[in-house]
Amino acid sequence: MGTNAPLLAVEELSVAFGGRGPAPVKAVDGVSFSLEEGKVTGLVGESGCGKSVTSLALMGLLPDRGVEVGGRALMQLPKGPEDLLVLPQRRMRDLRGSQLAMIFQDPLSSLNPVVPIGRQVTEILKRHRGMRGEPARKEAADLLHRVGIPDPTRRLSEYPHQLSGGMRQRALIAMAVACRPRLMIADEPTTALDVTIQAQILELLRDLVTEEGTAMLMITHDLGVVAGLCDDINVLYAGRAVEHAPRAPLFTEPTHPYTVGLLGSIPRLNAPRGEPLTPVRGSVNDDIAWTDGCAFAPRCDHYTMDCLQGPPSLVERDSDPGHVHRCVNPIGHAEVVDRAVLDSPAVVGEEEDR
Amino acid sequence: MLRFIVRRLLQLIPTLLGLSVLLFVWLQRLPGGPENALLPDNAPPEQREALRESLGLDEPFTVQYFSFLGRIFQGDLGTSIHTGRPVLEEFLTRFPATFELAVTAITIAVAVGLPLGYLAARKRGSALDFAAVGGSLLGICTPVFFLAFILKVVFAEQLGLFPSAFRISPALSRTDITGFVVLDGIMTREWDVVWDALMHLALPGLALASIPLAVITRMTRASVLEVMGEDYVRTANAKGLHRTTVRTRHVLRNALLPVVTAVGLLSGSLFAGAVLTESVFAFPGIGSFIYEATHGRDYPVLTGFILLIAAMYVLINLLVDISYSLLDPRVRAQ
Repeated sequence: MGTNAPLLAVEELSVAFGGRGPAPVKAVDGVSFSLEEGKVTGLVGESGCGKSVTSLALMGLLPDRGVEVGGRALMQLPKGPEDLLVLPQRRMRDLRGSQLAMIFQDPLSSLNPVVPIGRQVTEILKRHRGMRGEPARKEAADLLHRVGIPDPTRRLSEYPHQLSGGMRQRALIAMAVACRPRLMIADEPTTALDVTIQAQILELLRDLVTEEGTAMLMITHDLGVVAGLCDDINVLYAGRAVEHAPRAPLFTEPTHPYTVGLLGSIPRLNAPRGEPLTPVRGSVNDDIAWTDGCAFAPRCDHYTMDCLQGPPSLVERDSDPGHVHRCVNPIGHAEVVDRAVLDSPAVVGEEEDR
Repeated sequence: MLRFIVRRLLQLIPTLLGLSVLLFVWLQRLPGGPENALLPDNAPPEQREALRESLGLDEPFTVQYFSFLGRIFQGDLGTSIHTGRPVLEEFLTRFPATFELAVTAITIAVAVGLPLGYLAARKRGSALDFAAVGGSLLGICTPVFFLAFILKVVFAEQLGLFPSAFRISPALSRTDITGFVVLDGIMTREWDVVWDALMHLALPGLALASIPLAVITRMTRASVLEVMGEDYVRTANAKGLHRTTVRTRHVLRNALLPVVTAVGLLSGSLFAGAVLTESVFAFPGIGSFIYEATHGRDYPVLTGFILLIAAMYVLINLLVDISYSLLDPRVRAQ
């Protein structure tokens, strides 16, 4: 290490689900981003845009059959950089849990209902750190304590259904951090929790990143989470990144109409009572393939015929290096949404696709 | 846990009371009576009436019922009209045979059905899966007595691989301790007896196993398929656990829960369902005796045996519930 290479560099990741149908469905289509230690990178978009598939592809958790994964995901491992997408299953099993870990969306269904919490923590300690017996139990209790579960020794012998939602998510986080992974993927970790617990969990994740220097990929459709946590944000639409920028410019000067639409759809506390919400109209569809033009065009208020002249490419803004968008008619600053609300991460957006 | 068991045992009382009323009404409604079976066709009506009277069948329904109840509480299930021996005694001499047969059948069903269902799920869409699903359909569709007959004709009579009737070769000398032939053989180390008894159990056991085997295969397959798609299995994989750990602790442990219930219900039904198989193989168990008792209108035997089978069914279900609560912590909590 010691080089400037990012911990994980994802280049042109694509995932297509084949099956026996005529044409494979491209769930992710050439997504590139990089994760750096001690930083949180956001992957934002509505349901069906390919966020979760991206994370499963990186973890090697997609099914073996009927899936085509393309591109590269170069991770800096202790023995040198390796492409996660081509590693054999056996090697990936060694890396999962120890080098890269994942936190899932629904903590209840993500925990085994018939195995005590303690066992579910110690099994990972045994697998990757060779710990067993009393030391493993003690370490598990320490981990639970660390993620803020009160009375951890008692909790070890309890089952998932005996824990509250927030505690279950904390337990899952404890399992994810058990072997100090260098990279952590959080797939909508707060969706199933109520707002006060959401804030606590996000704070916990933030602390883990700053204390351990873990690189985190935060997958969410909740812009409140993004505003509070992410350093760097990728907005996905229909399997492709449409905008990528650090947090501040993305919220203050979004240029892609989709990002602007997402920001505009957040309900305001200071909006007049009874004012209708402003959603992004329509829903994700594949009427237009990215190869023919902009897939967002059918839902876009700014589209022109130029939008349908071949695939739009990712371009960097002249005025703002590091801020890229995939749009032929980017929005100028004058039209940008009222940003007063965005200063406070406590305003958590109502999930737009519940 | 103890309170749970006691409560369930107390539930046995109303269950059996209800069943006894049903049985009594049903037998009352049945045309003909034991006098028809015991006496020749040309017996005079007075003789029939006298016999009914001596059996107490001329009394009003309620009187018969309550005297029956009163005797039950003294541990007396009545006397067989045909053999003249107490019903309980008849039951106890035949129970070991049926028990051995049922255990054989359920063992075959579990030993084959579980791995088959599991492998079929793991290799979904393969030839093995196809064979397992098709075979279990065949197993469910084939009537047990038909299968028993085919097995007997082909493997016992044509090929001569197995004995065709009874629990044990009549010529074999053996020490009787418990009435359970296999158990006695093991206790006295008479291995030739054990082997002979197992050979006698093989064909009827196989015939009786066909339906439970099919049900267990299917249930295991469906259950494993369902669990393999669960989020917690994905979590287990995301932790990098070994394949075997994921498959045993996370997939099988959960997938077997519904199968345990099925195994319990199926074993309960085997005690009652062995009637046809036992008759085909002249197996001296409860089933073949019930068959004879039905023919002879042996009311005390029918009532007593059916009540005892029902009690056993309830006890087996209790065992299932207890094992279930040990396996599934979510049930335990309530």
